Amino acid sequence: MPRFTFHRLWAIVLKEFVQMRRDRVTFGMMVGIPLMQLMLFGFAINSDPRHLPTALRLGDEGPYARAFVAALRESGYFALTREAASEAEAAALLQRGEVQFVINIPHDFTRRLLRGERPAILLEADASDPAATGPALAAARALADSIFDRDLDGALSRLRARPGPVELRVHAHYNPENITQYNVVPGLMGVVLTMTMVVITALAITRERERGTMENLLATPVRPFEVMVGKIIPYIVVGYIQVTLILLAARWIFHVPLVGSLGLVYAVAFLFIAANLAVGITFSTLARNQLQAVQMAFFFFLPSILLSGFMFPFRGMPEWAQWLGSCLPLTHFLRIVRGVLLKGSGPADIAPELWPLLLFVAVAMAVGVKRYRQTLD
Amino acid sequence: MSAPAPDLAIDVRGVTKRFGGRAVVNGIDLQVRRGEIYGFLGPNGSGKTTFIRMLCGLLTPDAGAGTCLGYDVRRQQDEIKRHVGYMTQRFSYYEDLSIRENLDFIARVYDVPDRRRAVDRSLERLGLGKRSRQLAGELSGGWKQRLALAACLIHEPQLLLLDEPTAGVDPKARRDFWDEIHRLAGEGLTVLITTHYMDEAERCHRLAYLAYGNLLTRGTVAEVVRDARLTTWTVTGPELARIGRVLRGQAGVDQVVAFGNTLHVSGRDAAALDAVIGGVVDDAHTWTRGSASLEDVFISLMDTARDNFA
Ligand SMILES: Nc1ncnc2c1ncn2[C@@H]1O[C@H](COP(=O)(O)OP(=O)(O)OP(=O)(O)O)[C@@H](O)[C@H]1O
Ligand SMILES: [Mg+2]
Repeated sequence: MPRFTFHRLWAIVLKEFVQMRRDRVTFGMMVGIPLMQLMLFGFAINSDPRHLPTALRLGDEGPYARAFVAALRESGYFALTREAASEAEAAALLQRGEVQFVINIPHDFTRRLLRGERPAILLEADASDPAATGPALAAARALADSIFDRDLDGALSRLRARPGPVELRVHAHYNPENITQYNVVPGLMGVVLTMTMVVITALAITRERERGTMENLLATPVRPFEVMVGKIIPYIVVGYIQVTLILLAARWIFHVPLVGSLGLVYAVAFLFIAANLAVGITFSTLARNQLQAVQMAFFFFLPSILLSGFMFPFRGMPEWAQWLGSCLPLTHFLRIVRGVLLKGSGPADIAPELWPLLLFVAVAMAVGVKRYRQTLD
Repeated sequence: MSAPAPDLAIDVRGVTKRFGGRAVVNGIDLQVRRGEIYGFLGPNGSGKTTFIRMLCGLLTPDAGAGTCLGYDVRRQQDEIKRHVGYMTQRFSYYEDLSIRENLDFIARVYDVPDRRRAVDRSLERLGLGKRSRQLAGELSGGWKQRLALAACLIHEPQLLLLDEPTAGVDPKARRDFWDEIHRLAGEGLTVLITTHYMDEAERCHRLAYLAYGNLLTRGTVAEVVRDARLTTWTVTGPELARIGRVLRGQAGVDQVVAFGNTLHVSGRDAAALDAVIGGVVDDAHTWTRGSASLEDVFISLMDTARDNFA
């Protein structure tokens, strides 16, 4: 039986190191991916999202109402970005996802407060992502109980009795039971598509080059655009199968209430699948071998999953991370899918998220076609 | 478009390609007539593959110009691709497709009219019919080569560029392959073929020899041998290695090459060579004076090229 020898082992070790050094891209990725993870997890991710955009429907301009609003703002969770004049306007803001909360203070707030009638403040929340709204709602509840402890003194101190002087009524829209799956399962559709579509197509052209079939393909009259689109179309079909599977699972296994138009989801999915395929194809024109292609796909997938609002609330991230996240197709697709499936959004509601997707597809395709070399030069 | 001589399938001048500052193909002129089988020879790394890739539009020449089938090699690469069949040095069809699927794919890409018939005909003609469902990756070298030839003929090209099509193929299959090439040439197809085999070189109508990117000689076999002006003595008998050591390095002896049980001693200066041989000739061996074989000529060309260019 052959015996183990160190010099043979060493021969393999040396060879591996030499090969590792030759493949600069892989080497770079081995350093780049941990760095990116450090940055994203260390600085961008925040599971206690603050400064959530909030619309105010102020029916009472009195000092107590103002004090309550000020206290909410000071809690750090609510950023009063909009004023809503009517209930309809407030509802529309929530629907489009422009605000996370609407605070309704009734016109007779002061009067009823002073009479000790425990006036109700209605806090409407877009609860489709329980992780985003949870901490803010908890803070608001604590506030409602203790807010006027200081202001209500003397004869009014009797109002400080528990339960507090105001009643905070929380109306959680879209996902009233705060079931995390309702938010995660539709989002998963985007994540699964990103993961598979980018990886599969990232390999598509690299594989031809690695196996030598590229030379043959280049020698035929086939145009770069034909190669690209031809390689993309089969995977669009695969993508649609994935979408269908996830929708079926959402409906029958996770019992997610699918309130919106499935047709709209399928239509937008086309754009999103195309975006990911274009990214994959672009990677495959850049990568020199299949390993590099897979790494590039991973390099794209990591920020997609972390910065898109899939895993962590988008609004909890610092501005630079939100900005980065906005460049990723998954971010917009998540908002669309959640909007349509959970909130019943229509085409007009999702329009603001559509054009970034379109732009992304156009840019990625253009880069891909440009990078695809017609010759072997 | 410059008016190309209608009887020339390939007509290029000064074709040059550099990789990293090194001229891999250095100012090559080549004229190939229609219907001709043109051999392209040269040692490894001499630039044959690179030159062929420039002809069919896969690489852009750094300098030089010309036409391929009357189309400009720099500007009309799409036209050229449509009418040229290129067989790459490395097997480059899809190993995970069957023979028929590969042929069908290529036929579609070239938009071959009546595709099914064309594929069937090509399967039949190359004797691939019974294997048509086999995956290309499972084929032996010889069958892969047949598939590759079938595939690059399917769109009925006017020019075949074959890059070492017979490397690793057995002698019988090579002979069949060459019979097929001659039959195709008889039908008017032009063939440019690279090879390292002398017997194949001798089956070409004309040939060119390349070394270090430079074209050293060209013409028919007879012309190439004649132009080399090489005299060769053939020695058979015992202890050839010793005789070789004695002769090597003597003035007038340019090369001594062992071919199995014979020794080829060649020189460009016939008188000087004869004088040297006259000094060592003996009865134990058979000494025959004749003209050089093609292989002697190529070895001599390679040696001179090494001195001049390397
Ligand atoms: N893409 C490239 N980049 C850099 N150098 C290259 C490239 N392609 C070929 N070369 C170099 O050009 C030279 C000629 O290569 P080429 O493949 O044309 O030779 P060849 O005559 O076909 O050799 P063989 O008989 O071994 O097939 C070689 O030295 C090779 O290393
Ligand atoms: Mg070659």
